[in-house]
Amino acid sequence: MGRQNLSRRAFVFGSAAVAGGVAFGSYAEAAQTATASDNPLTADLGPNSVTFNPWVEISPEKITLIAQHADIGQGVGSVQPIMIAEEMDLDPGQFEIRFAGPSPAYFNTGFADEFAPFVAADQSPAAEEARAATLEYLRKTGLQMTGGSSTIPDTYQKLRVAGAVARETLKAAAAKRAGVAIADLRTQSGHVVLPDGKKIAYLELAADAAKIAPVLDAKPRDPSQWRLLGKPMTRLDVRSKVMGELKFGIDMRMDGMLYASVKLNPNKGQPLKSYDASKARTMPGVKKILEIRNGVAVVATNSWYAMKAVAAIDCEWAPSAYPSEQADHWKVLETSFKPEFLGKEWRKIGDIEAGLKTGTPVEAEYRAPYLAHQPLEPLNGIGHVTDKGMEIWVGHQSPQFVQNIAAAAIGLKPEQVTFHNQWTGGSFGHRLEYENVRVLAEIANQMRGTPIKLVFSREEDFLQDIPRQIAIARHRGSVDNGKIVAVDLQLASTTPLKGLLERSGIPSKDPDGQLAAGLWNVYYDIPNFRGTSYEAQGLSPSTTWRSVGASTAGFFTESFIDELIHAAGLDPMKARIAMCNVPTYRKVLETVAEMSDWKGPLGNGRGRGVAFVEAFGTPTAEVVEVTKTDRGIRIDKVWVAVDVGKVVDPVNFENQVQGGVIWGLGHAINCELTYAKGAVQQTNYNHHEAMRIYQCPVIEVRGLENDPKVRGVGEPPVPPAAPALANAIFAATGQRIREMPFNKFIDFV
Amino acid sequence: MIELTINGTKHQVDVVPEMPLLWVLRDELGITSPKYGCGVAQCGACTVQIDGMAVRSCQAHIGEIAGKSVVTLEGLEKRDQHPVLQAWIEHQVPQCGYCQTGQIMQAISLLDLIAQPTDEDINEVMSGNLCRCGTYPRIRAAIHAAAAKKMAEK
Repeated sequence: MGRQNLSRRAFVFGSAAVAGGVAFGSYAEAAQTATASDNPLTADLGPNSVTFNPWVEISPEKITLIAQHADIGQGVGSVQPIMIAEEMDLDPGQFEIRFAGPSPAYFNTGFADEFAPFVAADQSPAAEEARAATLEYLRKTGLQMTGGSSTIPDTYQKLRVAGAVARETLKAAAAKRAGVAIADLRTQSGHVVLPDGKKIAYLELAADAAKIAPVLDAKPRDPSQWRLLGKPMTRLDVRSKVMGELKFGIDMRMDGMLYASVKLNPNKGQPLKSYDASKARTMPGVKKILEIRNGVAVVATNSWYAMKAVAAIDCEWAPSAYPSEQADHWKVLETSFKPEFLGKEWRKIGDIEAGLKTGTPVEAEYRAPYLAHQPLEPLNGIGHVTDKGMEIWVGHQSPQFVQNIAAAAIGLKPEQVTFHNQWTGGSFGHRLEYENVRVLAEIANQMRGTPIKLVFSREEDFLQDIPRQIAIARHRGSVDNGKIVAVDLQLASTTPLKGLLERSGIPSKDPDGQLAAGLWNVYYDIPNFRGTSYEAQGLSPSTTWRSVGASTAGFFTESFIDELIHAAGLDPMKARIAMCNVPTYRKVLETVAEMSDWKGPLGNGRGRGVAFVEAFGTPTAEVVEVTKTDRGIRIDKVWVAVDVGKVVDPVNFENQVQGGVIWGLGHAINCELTYAKGAVQQTNYNHHEAMRIYQCPVIEVRGLENDPKVRGVGEPPVPPAAPALANAIFAATGQRIREMPFNKFIDFV
Repeated sequence: MIELTINGTKHQVDVVPEMPLLWVLRDELGITSPKYGCGVAQCGACTVQIDGMAVRSCQAHIGEIAGKSVVTLEGLEKRDQHPVLQAWIEHQVPQCGYCQTGQIMQAISLLDLIAQPTDEDINEVMSGNLCRCGTYPRIRAAIHAAAAKKMAEK
């Protein structure tokens, strides 16, 4: 610890996002990172064991590889160890996996790319220099966080280098022991192979390897030599998940543990005024009723008793600081397009006012509501407070901030909080927030000596879910002589990234870079262009939701571009390809056109829409095909082309892309969160359904590898889904839907 | 005390009869493949078999199922060779995996009902099982593959 005083400057670099990007830099740089002097694995290293860097530990009994990020379903617990195993010539089954503890050694290099004030497609020397400076800053701050689609971009280079350093050092140790030249050695299946064919297991070499200097100039192999990566491989966690054997955070148990559930003020962030627990006190299984800062908790002998009892407590709450009724949230947004609420004019090309006066004007207003994250595993955690400090078992994306938040809640120092990350049943941004951590610390502190397992009821999880930003866009443009001559994009929104940072202890006065995502990174040749964000004040807190700013701005921008293309009398696909000014991105559009055999209007109540968005550095094009039926719109098929530079884990890649499309479509058609009396009205999945299997289309995916950088894929497939669907509905029906959820305006089969 | 048969083993539990089977399994007996997702039969993550039928264990009060036979995913016969589980592994269905044990228990029930389900049958029977990660295309493929496997074994 100690290096986590992350100043806001780190984020000021960021014009675009907490984002993907890539671990660029030389091998030497990566190797330096890989052998940081503060390697956290050295602290608990057993006898005759060796650790080469923060990701590899070998004892005489076992090889342990560290997954540096949190596994939120995106496959971290598989692909990160496999990147190391590839270089070490280890086979699945020959190593154990452990999630990283809090340490600046695990700082996220992936955030560097888009913190720099350049759009992703700009890979000019000036842009790269700014990114290198940002990387240095991130190194100093030591920020360890999962997010921004950075699983692969952060670790592609450093984990392969970490594996190569381990391999070459083991070879050096074997060479010394056997008295042969390193060059005559090779490695295979967890062994060093000597020239005479004899094998020495890595486990046997651990003690020797600990005595020699690590081979820092080890280079990772060329992808043409990969055994595991780049090929269809079985995720390491698939079998245990299918067999029901994998323990998620919510499945953990401790000896002597009691169970807790909570009722917190649904007026987010406000305190409890008073409560009456007389009914709860005598209910079965109840051990204790506790008052905590913003609510009440029941400790009981099982989760269900705790949930039943806490539901029976009557509470009087302090009112919300934001408008209590949803209509007033929209009113605040409507009046936020004013200079005093200006976030930033992110990009300006040509003469926008003159351009808008040329040709035929087009204007449109779009809306996107608050949304919940609601991964299927509700918020939970186990906490154990003793006189020495607190131990906490919880699945979370920000280990250092978990320590800070828990420590601050109960008057400890961050280093007195021992954090054990857990497998999680999804996140989508939910597990970047802290309500369960803070509440668990308070309860466990009042129950000192007893391990406490906290489980939020689904209803409580909905009520406390800090939502996706709400936004309105007012876009203007003009077309002339079959061309788009001006595009003026303006949106007013709540601030997801600023909100998250503030709650993480890093308040910022700078404009929220996530409001630029999907607004300024528009890669069409349009002679007059402007993208501006306004930041609405006094509304519900908001946070990062799978694809963050691009989930709203991507819908607004690509819907509006489609309206302009139609106004200019052009074909939506051909026009986008013709206007696209980044060759690799044009290829993405051309690929999706080829996959879908795009030939213009389909007729007979069928329609296709296309959308293209770059998010977190990853360009994604999607075509959605729909049919208008007697019972409503049926989504038949989706084609997706996405360029990630390198497809490292092909099966999981396809799974992530399909999942992203389903996430984008499901929420666009079916979901909104609305406030009444200060609380959200949707408190279970029947009110916030997203997509079920009956609505799920066939989704065909193709990964491209033209981008010079290696990119992430967890979030980028989300933003194009909603506009591609809206554009398809327009093509099929002539009805232009400008507000999510779409089911307010049209039925879906 | 209430007596229950879970995966062929008899258990005595000392809880109120209104307590849902889900929480008895998870918290009282430590059987964790049935997951808590919604508590109101909206997500299907808690699906188990009671007397051979797929049931949402969050809705089954323990007092009403005394004497019946409960099977969770842990208790499936020949689990390692089970065609549905095999298909789930081969098609790499899980992402986060939290809903999958419930999906699998529901899919087993579907294939007991309809040996060769169409996509429409799958939509009909599997729509109560929510997946937030979006594994539906793989769930469909795995169910078709499992159906083919079961036919081949006959």
